[in-house]
Amino acid sequence: MSTTNPSSEASVDDHRGLRARFGRRPVAGSPAAAARDRRRSKQRRRLANVAGLMAALVLTGVGYSVVAPGASAADDSTGTASNAVEAGQELYTRSCITCHGANLEGVEDRGPSLIGVGEAAVYFQVHTGRMPLVRQEAQAPERAPLFSEEEIEQLMAYIQANGGGPAIPSGDLRDGDLAAGGELFRLNCAQCHNFTGEGGALSSGKRAPSLQEASDLVIYTAMLSGPENMPVFGDNQLTPEDKRAIINYVQTIKEQADPGGAGIGRVGPVAEGLVMWTVGMGSLLFGIFWMGTKA
Amino acid sequence: MATNTVPAPEQPKTLAGKAALEVDDRIPIAGWLRRTMNKVFPDHWSFLLGEIALYAFVILLLSGTYLTFFFDASMREVVYEGSYAPLRGVDVSAAYDSTLALSFDVRGGLFIRQVHHWAALLFVAAICVHLLRIFFTGAFRRPRETNWFIGVALLVLAMLEGFAGYTLPDDLLSGTGLRIFSAVFLSIPVIGTWVYFTVFGGDFPGELIIGRLYILHVLVIPAIILALIALHLTVLIKQKHTQFPGAGRTEHNVVGNRLFPTFAGKATALFFIVFGVCAALGGLVQINPIWLIGPYNPAQVSSGSQPDWYIGFVDGGSRIMPPWEIELWGYHIPPVLWGALGIPGVMFTVMALYPIIERKLTGDTASHHLLQRPRDVPVRTALGAMALTAYIVLWISGGNDVIAEKFDISLNAMTWFGRIGFILLPPIAYWMTYRICLGLQRHDREVLEHGIETGVIRRLPNGEFIEVHQPLGPVDDHGHGVLSYGGASVPKRMNHVGGARRAIKGFFRPIEDPAEVQRQAEQEARGLEAEEASRELTRSGRPAEGGRPSAGGRPREPRD
Repeated sequence: MSTTNPSSEASVDDHRGLRARFGRRPVAGSPAAAARDRRRSKQRRRLANVAGLMAALVLTGVGYSVVAPGASAADDSTGTASNAVEAGQELYTRSCITCHGANLEGVEDRGPSLIGVGEAAVYFQVHTGRMPLVRQEAQAPERAPLFSEEEIEQLMAYIQANGGGPAIPSGDLRDGDLAAGGELFRLNCAQCHNFTGEGGALSSGKRAPSLQEASDLVIYTAMLSGPENMPVFGDNQLTPEDKRAIINYVQTIKEQADPGGAGIGRVGPVAEGLVMWTVGMGSLLFGIFWMGTKA
Repeated sequence: MATNTVPAPEQPKTLAGKAALEVDDRIPIAGWLRRTMNKVFPDHWSFLLGEIALYAFVILLLSGTYLTFFFDASMREVVYEGSYAPLRGVDVSAAYDSTLALSFDVRGGLFIRQVHHWAALLFVAAICVHLLRIFFTGAFRRPRETNWFIGVALLVLAMLEGFAGYTLPDDLLSGTGLRIFSAVFLSIPVIGTWVYFTVFGGDFPGELIIGRLYILHVLVIPAIILALIALHLTVLIKQKHTQFPGAGRTEHNVVGNRLFPTFAGKATALFFIVFGVCAALGGLVQINPIWLIGPYNPAQVSSGSQPDWYIGFVDGGSRIMPPWEIELWGYHIPPVLWGALGIPGVMFTVMALYPIIERKLTGDTASHHLLQRPRDVPVRTALGAMALTAYIVLWISGGNDVIAEKFDISLNAMTWFGRIGFILLPPIAYWMTYRICLGLQRHDREVLEHGIETGVIRRLPNGEFIEVHQPLGPVDDHGHGVLSYGGASVPKRMNHVGGARRAIKGFFRPIEDPAEVQRQAEQEARGLEAEEASRELTRSGRPAEGGRPSAGGRPREPRD
């Protein structure tokens, strides 16, 4: 079974085990225990129903991913680089060629040329599920990746082998000065991604996505490749040290607790105004209604 | 001497009484105090809205004083070396540095700062809700126009005060707001550039503006607000509070509670409620996290930069204004002028002059002390709804990028919603409100004429089904009520006139014995059974003389 998601298999087993455990009849005992058992067996039946439903759903999902086009990639694990390139080309021919062309040259009004975009662009686009594109719209939405890590590496090898381009960085991607990263973030990133990386709207349905779910490597490859409306921040604009500092800042801010209480989305005065009118003014109106009834 | 057990009023025996006498000997205040403490205030929940604003202002004064102990209103550049690691080593202004120190290194500083900011948002919101109450009930009519003008001035001052306070921490968000403000100055034809250079003492941002806004924020504007609040309340006490029409209430009396002790007790309770809400918000919900926002740097800007809610409509007006650059007599008028100065200018001018406009339109120059129900003045209510709708469209447009991002809507669609909505929605709101007012008026008249629908369906001997109606008072030969509408609320359901019997008082637990209520109910039922035989129906199916139709009883005075 060539599944793309090993974790879903594990969860199927989990649910089966769960059902087996909950479906077992209790041993009869004293009358009181029997009554308790009846109550419990009712709860168990309910739990078993839920577990069974979950298992069925997961099975359906796994089954779909097996028969779905694009995902049924060959499982020929390749040791050598040329094998990876060939496997990548195979994947490319099945899933990408319609829009990007037979020779990576791009198709007008469908997709850009991929010559020279490098493996960094492939990693970002495929790993965040933006590619393969579901449909042509303002902007590709992020979703769960369609390809496995191995398949993504094969695709990256194929694109890198044809025209080169920015490569995946190595080492600690948070190895940079925190405060300098903050300055660079506010100077280069905040105008679209917001102070706290919460994202923001761009024109005509396009948007700068939130950075809350982004991993270090995703942020790094985004800066290298400039996906969608984002500018390319090449190594001559933001040095690798700058990029690492920015990533350090973004991830530190994300993990940091809010000392003032609930963060209310960290989007600033719009959320604050909403809380003030609903919670603050709402509770005070309730208060004066209450005082009014005590007249 | 020992036989004199009842002392004369001139000779107080208690320590407090003696002290009071000593004071009154030197400063004769007893007469004035007695008159004031016996002042009667009418009781209605909506009369407490202005008080919320007053108490929010008290909280602002108290918390703001604490903040001034630690805040340094200077744009001098320093290197941040405080306890917040992600900013250590960054060049910041002394204002930003001291606000961070206030937040992280002063005991209770962050809590007080957050209470101050929440109370500021609440202050303006309470003023607005209070203003709506005054408007929709016609409380601004002669002789109270003066207090309406003072109130509008207070609203404008509160907004300016809030904007100045928002700017003081010199963070990236407030600096962006100040930058927009500077652009608005520049957009004024002829004098714009001079105003700009005067305010900033040179080109933006300069080194003066935080210090100038600080003295406006902590001294000048609060002093004016305080003086105007004092005037507002003095005029209110002198003119006496308005009241809703109702039993025993006329243009020439005030029905309510005395200032002391009932009203004072309620006011104190409300102060603690307002204080509690501000403290809860300040302690539990983060507001204006300037450490996340970063220090102001004119080279930087963030998406989702918004003003606090009360300036949002100005921002919204600027956002939806089409990019029309107009040349007039050699002067350039940029579009930002219309959104940022034109709309608020028109709004506040019309608002301030509204009592005069309405007096001119209606020709009503009489003095009024009784309030109107909004439905009884459909044109005013509909105008208010129209203005409110336009305001809300502008307000939504002020946050249109955040709404677009969170709800996955195109920002362009949000902008066009603002443009079209600003033109189309207010007239629709006017029409709908007008129709609703007329409908409510008609229903009031219908209930007065035909009585309350009881929900009791009765079958007549000829097979006809009729719903039994409960008249509110005496009826004429046709079974129609003879009461006329007096501007007071008309009971519309049976439990408004005691149909559900007496309610057991208490908020969470009953504070009176339910058995007593039960006993009364049983007694009532017995009395009704005895009278059952004498009941007769009119041709229209209503009980001939009113009474409780569900049990078919004798006429009974409506209770509330």
